[in-house]
Amino acid sequence: MLSHRSFVWFCLLPLGVVTAAFFLLPMARLLVTGAEGPQGLAGYFAILSEPRYRATLINTVLLSIATTVTTLIVATIAGIFLQRHRFPGRAVLIAMLTFPLAFPGVVVGFMIILLAGRQGLIGDITNRLVGEKWVFAYSIYGLFLGYLYFSIPRVILTVMAAVQKLDPGLEEAARSLGASPWAVQRDVVLPALVPAFVASGAIAFATAMGAFGTAFTLATNIDVLPMLIYTEFTLAANFATSAALSVGLGVITWCILALARSFTGGAVAAAG
Amino acid sequence: MSIVSGHGAAVRIEKCGKTFADGTRALELATLDIARGETLVLLGPSGCGKTTMLRIIAGLELPDPGGKVLFDGKDMTSVPIERRNVGMVFQSYALFPNMSVAENIAYGLKIRGMPKAERTARVAELVDLTNIAGLENRRIDQLSGGQRQRVALARAVAIRPGILLLDEPLTALDAALRERLRSELNRLLRALGITTIYVTHDQAEAMELGDRVVVMRKGAIAQIGSPREIYFAPKDRFVAEFIGAANIVEAPLVNGQLVLPGGQLPIAGEGSRGDAIAMIRPETIRIVAADGSSLSGTIDSVSFIGDRQRFVITGASHKPLTVDAPNTIQAKAGEQVGLSISPDAVRLLPSEN
Repeated sequence: MLSHRSFVWFCLLPLGVVTAAFFLLPMARLLVTGAEGPQGLAGYFAILSEPRYRATLINTVLLSIATTVTTLIVATIAGIFLQRHRFPGRAVLIAMLTFPLAFPGVVVGFMIILLAGRQGLIGDITNRLVGEKWVFAYSIYGLFLGYLYFSIPRVILTVMAAVQKLDPGLEEAARSLGASPWAVQRDVVLPALVPAFVASGAIAFATAMGAFGTAFTLATNIDVLPMLIYTEFTLAANFATSAALSVGLGVITWCILALARSFTGGAVAAAG
Repeated sequence: MSIVSGHGAAVRIEKCGKTFADGTRALELATLDIARGETLVLLGPSGCGKTTMLRIIAGLELPDPGGKVLFDGKDMTSVPIERRNVGMVFQSYALFPNMSVAENIAYGLKIRGMPKAERTARVAELVDLTNIAGLENRRIDQLSGGQRQRVALARAVAIRPGILLLDEPLTALDAALRERLRSELNRLLRALGITTIYVTHDQAEAMELGDRVVVMRKGAIAQIGSPREIYFAPKDRFVAEFIGAANIVEAPLVNGQLVLPGGQLPIAGEGSRGDAIAMIRPETIRIVAADGSSLSGTIDSVSFIGDRQRFVITGASHKPLTVDAPNTIQAKAGEQVGLSISPDAVRLLPSEN
């Protein structure tokens, strides 16, 4: 007969095996590989010291921040509206907005090309209107649009769930105290949604930092970190550098998220 | 205290009904006057329309077309709540979790652009008034239910509202605390002298707090009156049974006497009717010796409650009668007893149609 405690350990065994085999071991191997380049441990700092890597890192971070902020703004307005209003076609609209969740990055990239590529819809229209073809699918704007496209569904669902849980009395109380609709949003609704912003914003940011499919489909003249890692790994067969860059990508993403969390920590605790 | 007291507005709602978008009739046409400084309680079971009426007065719901809400004779029907100058306390308290206690209380003042020094002084005054001194810098999630209730009240009266609206403010609290806060609230409302409209489903709250009580049922006003009126002279069976405990007796009335299985019961006044309905409050029935009593029955059960004891008597009426008797009476289940009821305590109710 197993004692209660050993039974629990026994049940945790599969999790332990999977964690070790598919998470800890590859991570450890990745860490070791990263230090096996010609520069040794210093390879880890190449992501910051090597100008090309650094530029790519800055690009990626800025793009991810821009994506996260824009997504939060768009998804918050849309999420609050969708949660607060009932109208015909609402269910279809929500389904459409959350549809991109199922798309791989490649499909998103493909759709951006259809929209803003050389044969794209926007190019066609502007060609007829102003006699000039607007093509931005292959630039950082196209990438930004693609990232936005797959970030919005994730955030919109979280915001809608948070709005639903909001006590309608809070807004009514603020209004009874004389607050204008704008002041109600500023003083009551948005502060109460901060935890949802942090949670869904973190996911949007991390997804943007690591997104590969869209970048791969679109990238002709832009470089983001996942693309750089891919290039170093497959084309240059530079295992050490790609391992070091991978670890760097993870660590930097984690650091920025931790920073954002501590920055909003007070608000989150107060709203909890 | 003077800074917040004595500025109530008179309220009139005129032909206000409410039908929701899905066709639900929440409130039948109602007209109601509330005097300056009066405390009016809207009382009824859930779904009776009391909250809808409160929300129409607050400006959170619009009455159906044709309905009007007037404050001091001024038509406020289309004025949104933020410009009605009403203080409101919600059942959930709806305190802002991102603000401290003091910031919550000061919020309405800040919105009004009151200078900080003045605001601080007003908050200090309200904190004193509602007995929450020392909690000013606490976060809301660090407060007990009773403390939250006080903060919600302080926040609502801080803006010197013309009308104070309270929506089941004590319902979320446990029984003992509810009773204590009820008398505290009563003292406070009297001191403030603001016109107050108080929604509750608890008749004890309604009795203690209301100058007048509006009993509501299925979206309509069943009776308006002072607590004494609605208790002693309910207009119909619903009010009689909703307010306090009531024995309902259905029996033929012959020459001013109800004919019951256990004897005769005289009522005040003459008259004969085939099917009379009467109400008798349990505490108005006296237990006497069975001999020589015109109405008698058998004790079915006795419950000792402390300050009194509750008898259930069978055989006197068609249904068992509940009697609240002094705790000194010695009587046991199974005994035959007489019942003495003053004719004034028997209240005839209109028969249901």
